[in-house]
Amino acid sequence: MKIIACIKQVPDSEAKVKAENGQVSWGESPLVINPFDEYAVEGALQLKEANSGTVTALCIGPESAKEALKHALAMGSDEAVLVSDSTLTNLDTQGAARVLAAAINKIGGADIITFGRQTLDDGSGLTAAQTARVLGWPMLGLVGHITVEGGSAKVSRVIEEGRQIVSAKLPAVLSIVQSIGEPRYPSFMGIRKASKANIPVWSLNDLGISAPAAFVTRGELITPPSHEVVCEIIKGDSPEQIAETLADKILAEKVL
Amino acid sequence: MKTFVYIDHFKGEVQPASWEALGVAKGFGSATAVIFGSGLDALTKTAFEFGADEVLIADDSALIDYRVEAFASTLSALASARTPDLILLPTTARTRELAAMTAIDLKTGVLVDLTSLSLNGDKLVATRPIYEGKLNETGVCSGKPIIATLRARAFPRPAQDKSRTGTATKVEAKTDSLTTVEGYEVAEQAVSVTDASVIVSGGRGVSNNPSLTPPAGMDEKQAEVWRAQQGFKLIGELAMMLGGAVGASRAAVDGGYIPYAHQVGQTGKVVAPDLYIACGISGAIQHIVGIRSAKLVVAVNKDAEAPIFKVARYGVVGDLFTFVPALTEAFKKKLGK
Repeated sequence: MKIIACIKQVPDSEAKVKAENGQVSWGESPLVINPFDEYAVEGALQLKEANSGTVTALCIGPESAKEALKHALAMGSDEAVLVSDSTLTNLDTQGAARVLAAAINKIGGADIITFGRQTLDDGSGLTAAQTARVLGWPMLGLVGHITVEGGSAKVSRVIEEGRQIVSAKLPAVLSIVQSIGEPRYPSFMGIRKASKANIPVWSLNDLGISAPAAFVTRGELITPPSHEVVCEIIKGDSPEQIAETLADKILAEKVL
Repeated sequence: MKTFVYIDHFKGEVQPASWEALGVAKGFGSATAVIFGSGLDALTKTAFEFGADEVLIADDSALIDYRVEAFASTLSALASARTPDLILLPTTARTRELAAMTAIDLKTGVLVDLTSLSLNGDKLVATRPIYEGKLNETGVCSGKPIIATLRARAFPRPAQDKSRTGTATKVEAKTDSLTTVEGYEVAEQAVSVTDASVIVSGGRGVSNNPSLTPPAGMDEKQAEVWRAQQGFKLIGELAMMLGGAVGASRAAVDGGYIPYAHQVGQTGKVVAPDLYIACGISGAIQHIVGIRSAKLVVAVNKDAEAPIFKVARYGVVGDLFTFVPALTEAFKKKLGK
């Protein structure tokens, strides 16, 4: 079975992100594999173990995004491919989907493509479904459990209302969520292997496409108002008395 | 401006932010509610009551279960034929996929999870949080139609006028789905933290009640979960008293104390209640980001240094197991229940 895990590199969740000269700045904070995409890699590796096959990690980004791919390799992916091109300066999600679809075709297709549920930076959560639509493959979103049998995947989707069991013929695109299990830590051997890996870099020319036009463009960046509030600690002689005071305060705020 | 508003529902239960989207559409011009499924009379009636100028329904037994390919094809075909300027959807897990695929079909873009949308001249300018809410960006979409999903509770809900009526127009359903729905694994009771106006949440601290003795024969982990479930009962009682929903931190969900659907925080759900009461939640950054839009935050925690107090308006330093029932009792008295 051939599996491709699509990942992105993003600033660490702890980063102090701010607007600087109209650009997003995250200071000295490291760039990491998008935490949600670690589940995409974990899901891909579980599929490989259950069905035997290979996992290829795929990423669009600058040369430095190779570090995120190395993380996927260290976790146990077999191969990695970076798509990098100086003309990819204004990429929206549908553009990213078209580039990913072209790269997936150049890899030679796959049985299953995995994504994380969304990225930590833009957070749109659109790219997996858009890639599926461009490829014309079924989309199985928010997957928490997968079984593959006879050329079909049967998954349990974690939806707002509970769990939904859905099946589809392969090839298919899956977005994977936390219920799949915590992403494994890279092993020592994996890290060694990843550090020596030669990751091919494909340009759009290699993919035979030009940069897709973006429909969505960013205007300005706004720093949201600070949420530092002064907390009033309610005190009293007994829990009952504190509860009494707090209930009065909440009622006075007219939020009920 | 001509706007389609997609009414998102699960087995007839509407995501209330759909009506908020209808209100936004009315502000820009004509609002056409678009509803897919089967047996849609009740939803049609409500859509007119919330102000829809027109209701289009694709009523087909093949659309009873949401399947993104069929829904996207139906919506794309409808938009191609009737050329709206704008398609609005409430932000849900379903509509992210639906908007995503429809945009590919119609060769346009999607503005996702907006907290504001306004006309600047003849241009629609959207605002949305990015980087886990650490920044906001404005965005425009140059494609047509513009597709946008709206964050729940970020826009006012229009008044419901029960005297308003109309007749739905039937449209063609596309049923070309690539997936088969086999069933539903867990029939959980509805957990709508996204739409709740009051949320009472529990965290890891909910399992720390030393005065409880678990039933014999439990191992350490089972005892921890059992303790936490007793704690969540207290939280549930307060939530019920206030007509609210029960939320949970990631720690509580990961600990197996309560199902994933209750999780609040960036990795779970962003919520915007009027009142958020955090019990035994220390306040990891993701959780704090997830409750940024709450109007009033109240924190109950044993640890006076817990970061949650930095974002709370009122705090109680103490044991949630004695305090939460006391608060439920106080509200019971004051609300005359």
